[in-house]
Amino acid sequence: MTAVQRRQFRLLVALFILALLELYAFGLGNKANAPTTFGFTLGNEWVLIHKWVIGSQTGAYLFSALATIGSALGIFLVRTKKNPAIGTALSTLSLLVSFLCWAAAGKFIPLTGMLQGTLLLAVPLVFGSMSGLICERSGVINIAIEGQLLAGAFASGVVASLTHKTSWGLLVAPLAGALISLLLATFAIKFSVDQVILGFVLNVLVIGLTDFLYKKLLIPYQSTWNSGPSFSHLEIPVLGKLPIIGPIFFNQTIIVYLMYLIVGLITFSLFKTKWGLRTRAVGEHPTAADSVGIDVNKLRFRNVVIAGLVSGLGGAYFTIGSVGSFSKEMTAGAGFIALAALIFGKWTPMGAVSAALLFGFADNLQGTLSIIGVSIPSEFMLMLPYIATIIAVSGLVGRVRAPKADGIHYSRGGSH
Amino acid sequence: MKKFLDRILGSALLPALSFLLAFIISGFVIAFSDSKVLKLVSSPGKFITTALSTVGNAYLALFQGSIYDPNLAHGHGFLQGLYPLSETIVTATPLILTGLAVALAFQAGLFNIGAQGQFIFGAIAASYVGFHYSFTPVLHVTLAILAGVISAAIWGGIVGLLKARTGAHEVIVTIMMNYIAGFFILWILKTTKFLRHGRIDPIAPEVAPSAQLPHLAGANFRLHAGILIALLAAYFVWWLLNRTTIGFQFRAVGANASAAKTAGISVGYATIATMALCGALAGLGGAVHVLGSEYALTADIAGNFGFDAITVALLGRAKPLGTVLAALLFGALRTGGRTMQSNTTTPLDIVLVIQALIVLFIAAPTLVRYIFRIKNLKTQEAMASKGWNG
Repeated sequence: MTAVQRRQFRLLVALFILALLELYAFGLGNKANAPTTFGFTLGNEWVLIHKWVIGSQTGAYLFSALATIGSALGIFLVRTKKNPAIGTALSTLSLLVSFLCWAAAGKFIPLTGMLQGTLLLAVPLVFGSMSGLICERSGVINIAIEGQLLAGAFASGVVASLTHKTSWGLLVAPLAGALISLLLATFAIKFSVDQVILGFVLNVLVIGLTDFLYKKLLIPYQSTWNSGPSFSHLEIPVLGKLPIIGPIFFNQTIIVYLMYLIVGLITFSLFKTKWGLRTRAVGEHPTAADSVGIDVNKLRFRNVVIAGLVSGLGGAYFTIGSVGSFSKEMTAGAGFIALAALIFGKWTPMGAVSAALLFGFADNLQGTLSIIGVSIPSEFMLMLPYIATIIAVSGLVGRVRAPKADGIHYSRGGSH
Repeated sequence: MKKFLDRILGSALLPALSFLLAFIISGFVIAFSDSKVLKLVSSPGKFITTALSTVGNAYLALFQGSIYDPNLAHGHGFLQGLYPLSETIVTATPLILTGLAVALAFQAGLFNIGAQGQFIFGAIAASYVGFHYSFTPVLHVTLAILAGVISAAIWGGIVGLLKARTGAHEVIVTIMMNYIAGFFILWILKTTKFLRHGRIDPIAPEVAPSAQLPHLAGANFRLHAGILIALLAAYFVWWLLNRTTIGFQFRAVGANASAAKTAGISVGYATIATMALCGALAGLGGAVHVLGSEYALTADIAGNFGFDAITVALLGRAKPLGTVLAALLFGALRTGGRTMQSNTTTPLDIVLVIQALIVLFIAAPTLVRYIFRIKNLKTQEAMASKGWNG
């Protein structure tokens, strides 16, 4: 077996054991077979099914059995040297559904609403991780994502409030993020300051400045400075009417649509254009890139600023993309979860987006479960993204590797 | 003597200039966000005087709130006027310890962002021993502190273990572990063991009087024995780094890990030991904070101590004495900031801006040299960046 197969094998065995445990635990601990209801409709989309009711014990049994079969199938596939993805997917999904059946016995789970919430919670994470991606793929560590998001949120909220126009807010947000990036790039590239320290300090600076201005201007003069409008939902014709998918993906604000666009654009550019090739070269092996005539530091500088535009735009989601007004430290660590998503996604666009969605889902699941009153402490659910990231960087699931020159200052003829 | 003076001046010049720049820039922020000042834009003369007086008042309040307040002394004697100084030291005490936790890691080539989480675990354990058990006075406080130190050392040691065994970068792991610790304290304060009887807000019972650190300057001042512990800890870190083999190994690994390995030093062991020690220091901070000034564990017990620690260690250039001085300074800024917030219209948060700017300038000596046109500004070698793979 190769290293990859050995890891897949280990993961599947873990899933198998987990499935057996669920099969055992849910059957025992849940004597009453109260009905669990899953809701599938949200707005005015075309309806396939309204809701689906299943006995909590029946469901838990059924799906954990399915998970057992799925992981067994996966193990068989690995053994016969085939791709076990189907088995893994079946097993994980079934485990989740069986857990939901058990957890929400006698309750209602708005499944579509939950998935919509997942996407919304993931929006700033996706923007943030895309920003981190551009930076780190070109060899500059970006810990300042949090600050960039916060600056974007603040600027867009305030400008939208002063001008009464969301469009101005949308225009200013990326600029605010880029301003932080400009500081990051100048100090990291021109003055070769340690990038981790720098990112950290920039976060403190932005938090301090926005907190200060919030107390000084936004609270006392709320009606002028902090009562901005927010974007309304834009339903895309036909697509928005699709059952389940429609309300989740195609009945959103313009910021979410911009997110699709940016993710697509970055994925394409990074792997299919000259800019992407150069960016990756500068991040992996700057000396080699330099020797073929790429201006390493200029490209890095430009990319860091572009990254700031992206995360600044993501910051707009917090204000004009949702509630309109700004509140103190409203990004609440989203920048760090975005960083975690980037690492969890192994520094690839699709990986980062998937990780962001996963973290969004965990967050939303936690919210839903605490609303319907499940006895798992919400704090432990909230820990999940962070624990997952530690597991990811520790190589327990598979080694993640950062771009080789990430965080290392480049100077021609330097000894790095 | 002259050489000694030169050294002091040389190493103090960069921080001093960074300070000046930070206060000037923050002054502009204060002035230009003040509605009174902004209304006078049309008349330049008045505009400048109002701006200056606004900034001056803010900084004066900052000083009065952190060192000596004549209003407090009025009718109560000079000593009472020093009440702010006692408050400054109370705030600086945990900061010294968390700052040392970051500084020691820097010396060993590690960036410990996890002081916040380590502080939390120290505080939880110390508080639990403090309110749940009863011992004779001196023993009780010692045991409570020990519990805090040990649990935080384990929490910090995990980071070192992960780094040594799997290569997981300590920056990422500590950031994540801060969040985990943050949620953990929220959860534990809801459990029946920790939640104070009859309360629904997250607060633990007060620690027993036998577990409290004694006051140093009478009941009127909150100044407690924690500062002595913090100073001892700083001396210990200095001694460890400069007078012991282990400390030498830490520094060798910090300076060049592969060279240290060639010389026969176990890098893995040094990493684990460093992180455990850092955890112990930050945990000691948490314990001292609970047992000395707060007495009851709350969800917000760690405040900003773990994060300010990083700016403290950077300003102190990762040296024990520097860290103590930097912690006293930031403690003063925080304490004075509270007075400034209540006496003038300037919010406390400007202190964060000042801190960030100071550290930013100190980290970029080239820029400071350029601004002040100084040719021979003594600078320490830049902290080497090793990237995620380092």
